[in-house]
Formats: sequence, C-alpha cells, structure tokens
Amino acid sequence: MACDKYRSIEDAIAMVKPGSRVMVGSFGLAGYPEELIEALSASGTGELTIISNDLGTPGVGLGKLLTNNQIRSLIGTYYNWNPEVAVAYNEGRISVKLVPQGTFAEAIRAAGVGIPAFFTPTGAGTELAAGKETRELGGRACVLEESIHADVALIKAYKADELGNLVYYKTARNFNPVMAMAADTVIAEVEEIVPVGSLDPECIVTPHMYVDVLTMRKS
Amino acid sequence: MQTILEQQAKERIASTIARYFDSKARDGRLFINLGVGIPTLVANYVTSPNIYVQAENGMLGVGCAAPEGQMDHDLINAGRTCITETPGCSYMDSAASFGMIRGGHVDATVIGAFEVDQKGNIANWIIPNGKQLGVGGAMDLVTGAREVVIAMQHTSKNGKPKMVKQCTLPITGIGEADMVVTEYAVFVFDKGRLVLKEIAPGITLEELRAITDADFDV
Repeated sequence: MACDKYRSIEDAIAMVKPGSRVMVGSFGLAGYPEELIEALSASGTGELTIISNDLGTPGVGLGKLLTNNQIRSLIGTYYNWNPEVAVAYNEGRISVKLVPQGTFAEAIRAAGVGIPAFFTPTGAGTELAAGKETRELGGRACVLEESIHADVALIKAYKADELGNLVYYKTARNFNPVMAMAADTVIAEVEEIVPVGSLDPECIVTPHMYVDVLTMRKS
Repeated sequence: MQTILEQQAKERIASTIARYFDSKARDGRLFINLGVGIPTLVANYVTSPNIYVQAENGMLGVGCAAPEGQMDHDLINAGRTCITETPGCSYMDSAASFGMIRGGHVDATVIGAFEVDQKGNIANWIIPNGKQLGVGGAMDLVTGAREVVIAMQHTSKNGKPKMVKQCTLPITGIGEADMVVTEYAVFVFDKGRLVLKEIAPGITLEELRAITDADFDV
C-alpha cells in the first residue's frame, strides 16, 4: 500500500499528549472512531479537553475516558446520554462548557475556515449567552461566539484513498468533516484504504489536504 | 371534564399537528424537523407526499423507524433511533445540517416543552436538578426554524399547568413559539398575544382556563 499517512492505531494515538485539546467526531455512538478511542483509553493519557457533541454512554465509547479519569474539561452540546458527566461536574472533577449544537458545529467550521468569531441569534437571552457580547443585528439580539480549534482531531470516515481523501457513511458523517478542518493534527480511522483514483472525485467529502494520519480498523 | 389517558393524549397531539402540516403541504413542499417524544409521532400521521423530514444530525428525507432486523446504527435520527432512507434523501455534515435550520430553510420544527409562557418564551432544555447537562439543538431549532410548533401535554404529570404566565425554568428562546398543541387545545401567537384556535370536544372553555395558567384570547 503506497500510503505515507498510514500509521498503526497505537502510533497514531501517541500523538495525543497529556493536556491536549482533542476533538472527536460522533453523535451518540454513530460515527465515532471506536478503535482510536479504545487506544486512547488504554494509553491512560490524561488531563484532556474533549471537544465532542456528547460523551457516549457510561463506560462505552468516549464515556470510557471519563470512567478512567482522563478528562479535565469538556466542550460539547449534550451529556444527558451519559449521566456520569453531570456527576463528575457536580463533584468538581471536570469543567463543562455547553454550547448549542448548531453553534458548536459552526464554531468548529469557523476555526477551520479562518473565522475567529461570529454572531448568531441562537442562545440570545438564555443562560448559555451569559458573559458573552450581545449585539442587535438585523433586528435580532445576537451572541458573539468564538471559533473552536483543537490540537488533535480524531475522526471516523468510511473509506480513504491512499492520499487521505475521505468519504463517509450515512449519519456517521455528523461532525467529522468539520472537525477534519479544525485541528493541528487530524487522524482519521477508516474501514478501508483504496488506491488513489478509485474514489469518485465528485463524491469526496474531505479532501486529503486536511488529513494527516490514516489508521484502519482491525475489526 | 373528560379525562384523556397519556397515550391517547400523545396520539391526539401528534395527529392534530400532522393534519396542520398536511394542509400546509397542499401549497407546496414542506420541510420539517421533529424533536424527540411526541414530535416524532407526528411522522406516523402525516399523509402528504410533499412533507420531508430533516434530522439535525445530518439527514434530509428521514423515513420511518427501522424494523427489527434491519437496524443500522450509523443510520439514526437525533433521538438516536435507527431510521430508514426515503428515495431522494441526502446526508450532510452537522454544520451544513444546522445551516439548514439556522439559515431559515426548515419550514417548521415540532418540539416538546416543560413550559411555554404567554409571551411565547419556551423552556425545554433543562430542569436544573443537577442531573441534566445538555442543550443539543434545541436553541438552534427554536431560533432558526421558520415556525416553532410546541407539542406537549397540557399539564405536567402532577397536574400543574405547563402554559404559564412567565417561564420559571431556564428558557430556550425568547418569544419563539408560534403554535402550541396540547390534547385539549390549539393556541397560536398572534402579534404577541396568545390566542385559542381550537378546543377539543369534551372540554368547556371554563375547564380549559382552569388548567391553563397563561392568559389567552378567544
């Protein structure tokens, strides 16, 4: 296989350092890089900031990182599927920053496309806008939201070619393509790596420029 | 007052909203987003082929729930239920999906609520009891969708009115509600006033007022 981006799951996850800001693609248990997360939890690397929509369920997927005490803070949208998050937060073990889901997706996209912050009416007048600049624009109260960037993004795609072009599978796509644009190092876990030229250029969702490392699922 | 059992109440709310959407869809295609709970049931009652369901986790053209044995855990709606494709459906990333919602391209969203007040403020994202920690897409949906339809039972499980003068729980959006559908009535917000549009058979106006804390016009 002529793929200079290919690494073993273990070598790839060693790029996550203690204290890293790590973005992880997922929506519940759909479209998350399962074997990378398994390896991250086995590595014991701690003090992490995890930037993801949710935190899976207790002890499963991203939930493992919390059970293992590897998390210092969370930035995301919905932790009600994993009640251990509220418990850890109430006990002061982790900090949690809740962001409306659309603002979260847009803030990651913004980081990827060089927009440091943007105004949106979402959340205006609510608790989640507390302490944020609010301005009236187009007749509506709008909140200033800063972009969200990470040191490392762990994403899940369906197929890659040897250059690192990515295609996704159904609703497993979710946050993965925007996270692929918003981190210093982007590691993609895929099911299959195919020769360059065999993916239809019209169907490539993430161009290879964004992808630094490819890993392949063992199972 | 005729008591309505919970399951019957939910079905009545969902079918009322479905009738409303079916009539709207006579004029053209209608793009809707359905929240978890009663809102999801609306899909079971709509009959118009002009209605397309959007799911904020990244799909347009959501089909019915996947039957046992045909579940694909990478094909889910925002409530994490395994669903099916419809012909012409498409997938998009989360930013593009919320772009549909926040950009005003989704015609209507149906959501549940803990409280709605007479100014159209909605409280549906958190009960601050220390057990919840999540907002999801609720704030984006109420702010971005062109029409916000609240689907909820008229009173809480212990009989307290959910339509109140002023929300006591943390709000999701200011003045964003356009319509409230309960098992007993349909209300709309018209120029900042809450107006009763329909009342269910078997309940009088006095009985409705007794279980509604919010002031409304008839």
